[in-house]
Amino acid sequence: MKAMAKPSFRTAGGAVGTYLLLTLISIIMIVPFIWMISTSFKEPQSIFTYPPQWIPEPFRFQNYIDVFRLIPFHRFYFNSVYIAVVVVLGTVFFASLAGYAFAKIPFKGRNVVFLILLSAMMIPHEVTAIPMFLFMRQLGWIDTHLPLILLPIFGAGGVFGIFVMRQFFITVPTELEEAAMVDGCNRFRIYAQIMLPIAKPGMATLTIFTFVTNWNEFFDPLIFINSRELMTLPLGLSLFTDEVGTAWQYLMSATVMATIPLLIVFFMAQRRFIEGVAMTGLKE
Amino acid sequence: MVLGFTLLLLFPMGLALYMSLTDWPLLGEHHFIGLDNYREIMIDKMFWRVLGNTVYFTAGLVPLNIVLALLLALLLSKSLRGIGIFRTAIFVPVMTSLIVWAIVWKLMYATESGLINQLLLMMGIKGPAWLYNQDLAMPAVIVTSVLKNVGLNMVLFIAAIQQVPRSLYEAAKLDGAGRQKTFFHVTLPMITPTVFLTVVMTVIGSLKVFGQIYVMTQGGPSNSTKVLVYYIWEKAFKLFQFGYASALAYVLFAIVLILTLLQWQLRKRWVFNEGDG
Repeated sequence: MKAMAKPSFRTAGGAVGTYLLLTLISIIMIVPFIWMISTSFKEPQSIFTYPPQWIPEPFRFQNYIDVFRLIPFHRFYFNSVYIAVVVVLGTVFFASLAGYAFAKIPFKGRNVVFLILLSAMMIPHEVTAIPMFLFMRQLGWIDTHLPLILLPIFGAGGVFGIFVMRQFFITVPTELEEAAMVDGCNRFRIYAQIMLPIAKPGMATLTIFTFVTNWNEFFDPLIFINSRELMTLPLGLSLFTDEVGTAWQYLMSATVMATIPLLIVFFMAQRRFIEGVAMTGLKE
Repeated sequence: MVLGFTLLLLFPMGLALYMSLTDWPLLGEHHFIGLDNYREIMIDKMFWRVLGNTVYFTAGLVPLNIVLALLLALLLSKSLRGIGIFRTAIFVPVMTSLIVWAIVWKLMYATESGLINQLLLMMGIKGPAWLYNQDLAMPAVIVTSVLKNVGLNMVLFIAAIQQVPRSLYEAAKLDGAGRQKTFFHVTLPMITPTVFLTVVMTVIGSLKVFGQIYVMTQGGPSNSTKVLVYYIWEKAFKLFQFGYASALAYVLFAIVLILTLLQWQLRKRWVFNEGDG
């Protein structure tokens, strides 16, 4: 009887059941990726072979090279990388400056302004996208990368960044700053030499979040970009779902390549990223 | 800087409101027409259709997502060997581009070459044309969307479950509570704030579904998966009826706002609050 009242749920049968269930769900999650990789090496005729072929025969690596011939894939790639890098640098820079101001510099109406910013995060993107389109058109920026760079840095993504950075700066004791001021540091030196090093975990979280969000962004490129040469990866790939017809093998090798940078970032920063999600409680 | 944000968030908000009161074409003059757009929306059959589809998507996705995420979080918050592998497997789709995920699932659902129908065939079943069937397309998109994002809610639930004081579990054990009782009387009440947050976020996210629809079905077959944001996008950026599209977007905004406020009110009734005793 005593043994049955053991605290943990981990009776032997329970653990096996748990593992089985988890394995099943994990397989459902992972199989699409395996199918994607498998299809990316297939010849067109072996996509249809039955029963399903997991390891293609013949194994056609040539698909990966052909993709670059069929669509301006290297352009999509280059555009995605450089836009993501610029947006990450810009967001971290401006968000850390503003976050510091909101956390540590008392100014009139600070909390009101901060609340307005936060509530602006609630506005559906679809509402502001229409005026933004006209605004960008007025400036002649349609079919350029400027909207894709400026809107995330100063739009909802930027507000999210300020929020994250403010939470980090607010934990820094004021005495530390006061001591630095006594030593003759000005605001900017305090920010650069004391605050930024402390906020490194916050900056790392924000970097990963911004990179992932930007790499996956679809709606804005769809609206603002028309030329193939200027498309980013998600937009470029989505347009080729039908145009290449049923050339799934090419589309899959392209999606494999488009996913690789994300997976690298994820596995490098896995713990921090998952913690970051849990900490902030929201992604977008 | 604050000026910059105001310019990019609040000013467009106001302009969109004004635009919703005009007929605003791509080229040429716009005219102020008052509430005509909103009146037209009320009698627009397609609007009611897409609203119904949006509600269908949300009502299908949210319970599935929350229940599955909660179940996974319960399983994964135990300290079992190799648990990290499972967490990663379930979280990887969250990281992946929605568009890539949708493209791959479009292949999975393909009638001839898709894996799902090939597996069904092995069991002797001839699978349907999932994305080309009016009754099946929406459920198919819902399943894809649940799997894409369930990891996000799961992580939030794991974090919440780990915050529950161990002493409560010990007390429950002393009272002789079983697994189910412990879950419903200790774990669930303690994590209601997180459940509340995730439900609100997931509902709002579902009302704004777009990318997977764009890739997988383009709103078809015969409008059975055409959702509100897809309709807004179509009106604004394909047909360039900016006034009407802005009015539609404001209807979406109103729905999101009402839901948020409503749930905020309800929150007081059922969210556990430590201070209440």
